[in-house]
Amino acid sequence: MNESLFKKLDWLLLPMIGAAAVLLAWHLLAGEKVSIKDADGNVTSEERVGAIAALPNVVETWESSKPYIVEPLAKRGELDQGILRFTWLSLVLVAKGYLIALVLGTPLGFCLGLSKFFTKMADPIIQVLRPVSPLAWLPLGMVLFLGAGRNASELAALFTIAICAMWPTVLNTAVGVRAIPQDYLNVAKVLKLSRWKTLTKVMIPATMPYMFTGFRLSLGIAWLVIVAAEMLTGRPGIGGFLWQQYNALIYEQIILCILTIGIVGFILDRLMSVVERRFKTA
Amino acid sequence: MSFLELTNVSKSFGGTCVLKDVNLSIAKGDFAAIVGFSGAGKTTLMNLISGLLKPDTGTVMLDGKPVTGPGPDRGIVFQNYSLLPWLTVFENIALAVDQVFPAWDKEKRREHIERHIAMVNLTPAREKLPAALSGGMRQRVSVARALAMDPQILLLDEPLSALDALTRATLQDEIARIREETHKTVVLITNDPDEGIYLANRIIPLTAGPGATLGPSFTVDIPRPRDRKAINHDNHFKQLRRDVTEFLLSSKHDRHATITKKLLLPDIEPEDLTHPVLPGAGRKRPIRLSDVKEETVQIE
Repeated sequence: MNESLFKKLDWLLLPMIGAAAVLLAWHLLAGEKVSIKDADGNVTSEERVGAIAALPNVVETWESSKPYIVEPLAKRGELDQGILRFTWLSLVLVAKGYLIALVLGTPLGFCLGLSKFFTKMADPIIQVLRPVSPLAWLPLGMVLFLGAGRNASELAALFTIAICAMWPTVLNTAVGVRAIPQDYLNVAKVLKLSRWKTLTKVMIPATMPYMFTGFRLSLGIAWLVIVAAEMLTGRPGIGGFLWQQYNALIYEQIILCILTIGIVGFILDRLMSVVERRFKTA
Repeated sequence: MSFLELTNVSKSFGGTCVLKDVNLSIAKGDFAAIVGFSGAGKTTLMNLISGLLKPDTGTVMLDGKPVTGPGPDRGIVFQNYSLLPWLTVFENIALAVDQVFPAWDKEKRREHIERHIAMVNLTPAREKLPAALSGGMRQRVSVARALAMDPQILLLDEPLSALDALTRATLQDEIARIREETHKTVVLITNDPDEGIYLANRIIPLTAGPGATLGPSFTVDIPRPRDRKAINHDNHFKQLRRDVTEFLLSSKHDRHATITKKLLLPDIEPEDLTHPVLPGAGRKRPIRLSDVKEETVQIE
């Protein structure tokens, strides 16, 4: 009876045990504040002790982060807002950059998949640009949009997100187009479908599963890039907040930001895989 | 004047001659079955008729006009169904009907599609995706799609070879029935002589490849409707089956296959028995390219 209950709940219990173990390890490694007292029992000074003295422990992190979590939508200042408000700001920026990546990446992927000539021409460039870090793109973005004045930092951030997040969409779409079964193309030929109809009625639906795998990977990268983009541009958002709290020596909230970024990224990935599964027809 | 006419058609792929000097003539309303071994070039022949491939030499004429490319006047049923998996049964057929009859109004097209779904007994499954259908049902959709284009000729490329025996028998009966109803010209390609004899007016064997060509035509004089059980005891059926099978087998006999293999001969050296064999003795140097010998084997 007990054993079967455990088996039924293991999807919930095992991750919780894992999380608890990590929290415990963190707490044991982290530092703690201790007061140093003189002979009369008066506190003379405070100092941190522990394996990694500067790392805040679980309790300190919770205490310090509480106002941001309890009032997730509060706005106390430009860089002092509730955690959900910061997340929302970041998500809006990511959504814009991600859309640009999809709008540019999907047709580019189709061209690569359809034309050997184009592939030979563009593939080396793509392979060289693909591993470039967002931290390297951002300064270039700043230079490119120097003339945009107040919008320069946003445009630079969008440019960075789009150019970094584009590649999985481009490459997966190209693979998908190359993998369209000859049978489907034969159907189009026998029916004498026009080029446009062949594209919309046969090629795009046939490539859809690959495209959505690309879209999901691209979204993951777009969310990765946001932190770097906000750090360097100082825009309000989850990454900007993280960088500001580091500079202000409030280390507890760095951990809060990391956890938030991780959880949001996980949720986005899950949502995309639900959409992706809907398109797995073949 | 025959309806479909192939004259001295040859086709090679990468230096291998698949079809050589194929001549075929099929009259309007005829039902011909082309029977041959797997890999003999049956599908290549079908692709030449459908226009998906162009012959290296020779001509393919349909109704007095040369075939230059694929088109909906030749309805094809492919071996692997070739349904678009993201479209329902209705939508798969609608894609063809909308393309072939753009002038019809919506209601007429819908009625036409429904009638062809009903013809293959799939009305209850009209809103299903191909993934939810069995192999036999998918092939029926494929037949309905080909017929809904109202083609001048129906090309069946091993339509039943992927199905189990019972489903195959059911679908054979359905093809026979539909063909009686529509009186279309049909070319059936199959690797099963019985299937060809049961369904067709004429059996044309395709000799074994490479360089396959069509043999003499065997006329099937069994009256329709044919009875699957009775036909097995029909002497004409038995005779035909013997003749076709014999022709196919003898065409295979006068061919030899040559296989060239790269072989690595085992490294065996005479052993000196006065010394004990050391562990790890054997090949002492890495395999070199010069060790690999080529050997040609003739298979009769």
